Amino acid sequence: MKKEVRLMKGNEVLAEAAIRCGADAYFGYPITPQSEVMETLMELQPWETTGMVVLQAESEVAAINMVYGAASTGKRVLTSSSSPGVSLMSEGFSYLAGAELPCVVINVTRGGPGLGTIQPSQSDYFQATKGGAHGDFHLITLAPSSVQEMHDFVFDAFELAFKYRNPVMILSDGVIGQMMEKVVLADQRPRRTEAEVIAAEKDWALTGKTADREEHVITSLELDPYAQERFNEKLIAKYNKVRENEVRYETYKTEDADYIIVAFGSAARICTMTVDMAREAGYKVGLIRPITLFPFPTKAIAEMAAKGAKGFLSAELNHGQMVEDVRLAVNGKAPVEHYGRSGGAVFSPDEVYNALLTKIIKK
Amino acid sequence: MAELEVQIKEENLVYRKSPLLTDKIMHYCPGCSHGTVHKLVAEVIDELGIQEKTIGVSPVGCSVFAYNYLHIDWSQAAHGRACAVATGIKRTNPDKMVFTYQGDGDLAAIGTAETIHACNRGENIAVIFINNAIYGMTGGQMAPTTLIGMKTATSPYGRDPKIHGFPYKIADIVSQLSGTCYVTRQSVHTPAAVRKTKAAIKKAFENAMAGKGLSFVEVVSTCNSGWKMSPVDANKWMEENLVPFYPLGDIKG
Amino acid sequence: MKEELIIAGFGGQGVLSTGKILAYSGVMQDYEVSWLPSYGPEMRGGTANVTVIISDKRISSPTLQKFDTAILLNQQSMDKFESQVKPGGVLIYDTNGITRHPERTDIKIYTIDAAEEAAKRGNSRIFNTLILGGYLKVRPIVTLENVFKGLKKSLPERAWKSLPMNEEAIRIGMDIIKEVR
Repeated sequence: MKKEVRLMKGNEVLAEAAIRCGADAYFGYPITPQSEVMETLMELQPWETTGMVVLQAESEVAAINMVYGAASTGKRVLTSSSSPGVSLMSEGFSYLAGAELPCVVINVTRGGPGLGTIQPSQSDYFQATKGGAHGDFHLITLAPSSVQEMHDFVFDAFELAFKYRNPVMILSDGVIGQMMEKVVLADQRPRRTEAEVIAAEKDWALTGKTADREEHVITSLELDPYAQERFNEKLIAKYNKVRENEVRYETYKTEDADYIIVAFGSAARICTMTVDMAREAGYKVGLIRPITLFPFPTKAIAEMAAKGAKGFLSAELNHGQMVEDVRLAVNGKAPVEHYGRSGGAVFSPDEVYNALLTKIIKK
Repeated sequence: MAELEVQIKEENLVYRKSPLLTDKIMHYCPGCSHGTVHKLVAEVIDELGIQEKTIGVSPVGCSVFAYNYLHIDWSQAAHGRACAVATGIKRTNPDKMVFTYQGDGDLAAIGTAETIHACNRGENIAVIFINNAIYGMTGGQMAPTTLIGMKTATSPYGRDPKIHGFPYKIADIVSQLSGTCYVTRQSVHTPAAVRKTKAAIKKAFENAMAGKGLSFVEVVSTCNSGWKMSPVDANKWMEENLVPFYPLGDIKG
Repeated sequence: MKEELIIAGFGGQGVLSTGKILAYSGVMQDYEVSWLPSYGPEMRGGTANVTVIISDKRISSPTLQKFDTAILLNQQSMDKFESQVKPGGVLIYDTNGITRHPERTDIKIYTIDAAEEAAKRGNSRIFNTLILGGYLKVRPIVTLENVFKGLKKSLPERAWKSLPMNEEAIRIGMDIIKEVR
């Protein structure tokens, strides 16, 4: 059967994907440029069809804690926001990771710091990949670069969240959120029944204490520093497993490339054009697009450096965040430079091309 | 010499520990109200036969460890967020009896927004609010409910409204909201008061099960360590000072 | 085939919806499409613009600085985007409200008096479909059949009664567009 192709905004598709992947709940608070997520959910009224709960909270702080509550019970729950709202949620990320709760958080990034602008940006990279709040933890972070990936990554994010019992972030931006593209929607998947939740998450989820098991407690509190250390080591072992197994990236014309552009999300789309411009001018340029930002494709980039790539340009809509991870991966084997625009300004393929020439190729 | 005969036999028992209370030794100070209220919560859950349906939310504060003392499933919330966490649980598990157990700092200072809005939405949960007018866990700092003139670690010369603002009655505030179905203020400093508080908790849990809206049970309590008093003096001080400002009885429903 | 287009004007002129109809028309013709609006406060009474790309290949950058075609519906948009039309590209504008006309000589320039035509017909709601018709006359990148399908797709069902009126407007737009140079 031919799947239905729809023209949809990235934000709208997040809502559709949430329903179709059988999510149990969405809790959110309006903020530009992602308000269409909750607007679309409220319009679609999934509580009438799949039984999914949609609730507008009084703040992002409340929203992430509602997520924490629902996730405590083994439910598939998500929220979405944009940069300032995500900062408000960040306390919750630490608690969610500390209590090993699965959930999905979407950041449709805008320009910062502070209230900043509402235009697209990638300046939340550090927050999204280095934990983003207190304590030794990471979010698993996926960076979509198309409306179709906005859809697909909701499914992938829930998969990862439950596989590792850790919050997963979809780090998008205003371009991908506001843009309409063709998208193929997945078929509706059923929400898990209570019995399925109990069976699948029997070791931890709050499903009500029955005679056949001890009470379950969801907490991140520990009084004994050595016990906390042991727990932290367990978390780090988990993140190492994530690093080993879940790295995703895409390459474009890198096989014979002398110079590599590293870019994610909407910036990667723009840089694809830069690669074509450079190739036309006779330069062997390729692009690597990290799809998972944590775990970062360190090995893939290191291999490119080992194979003799002469220089790397990290092109980001910020003033130099991912470039630090690129430098760690390249580890001094080749020059690594950054080019970026910020505050909601978006670079053009020509600008990146010029930066590539001046900072890398002709240096 | 007459032989001692052990009289502790099943048929002679007039009272026993609720089977829902764990055997862990409570970390609460002698004289603290928490232990009594925990016991009441355990008894009510047992009497209603809802152990399998109950999910508790513990706060940050002295009662953060409430989860150690009751044989039920618990989620421990970030400071102030218990009502939001409970909302998330209840909305996705409408057949469960969900309650929060919070202190004054958690519920009425850092968590005011979450408290007010859960009340206003009429979440079908029960909120148990321990008001002892002080921060116990962190060492006796001023709470939003600390009385004027009351000395705490952060109001060492007594609470001065010009510096610290005024104490407030959040139960009265939430009673004004359409979403609350039952708001009451009780205490556990006398046997009679304990019985009334138990009845209040029972009513609150029944309301939560029946989907009547949010029930709010404030328990005016003592913190003899924070107040630097003996348990007996603390009870007396509470009666003479806290109760006149936070009068006991049903406020709504 | 690749068309990189910007439509810019006041919020409320149907800038975004014109782009949406066109994007849907591209979908109907099995092209790849992207539609990226300016968003936020500028939509509330200020200027609005939308970038539409229609291509037979996968679309790389959805944001652009140079356009094959610009449809400019107020003076601010003219001032901002005239210079961003590629040499040899197309600029279409409604003379209504324009005080400084385009000056470039290396692009093709067309006018369409859509505001006047809509007023004459007493129906301001057809303004944007008149514009769309004019554009399609100059840049027939999708068949009229697919445009009509796209129009229907882009409207909610409750608005389908306006389809004949808008189809008519597209045809009229094709007639009233004039080449300046």
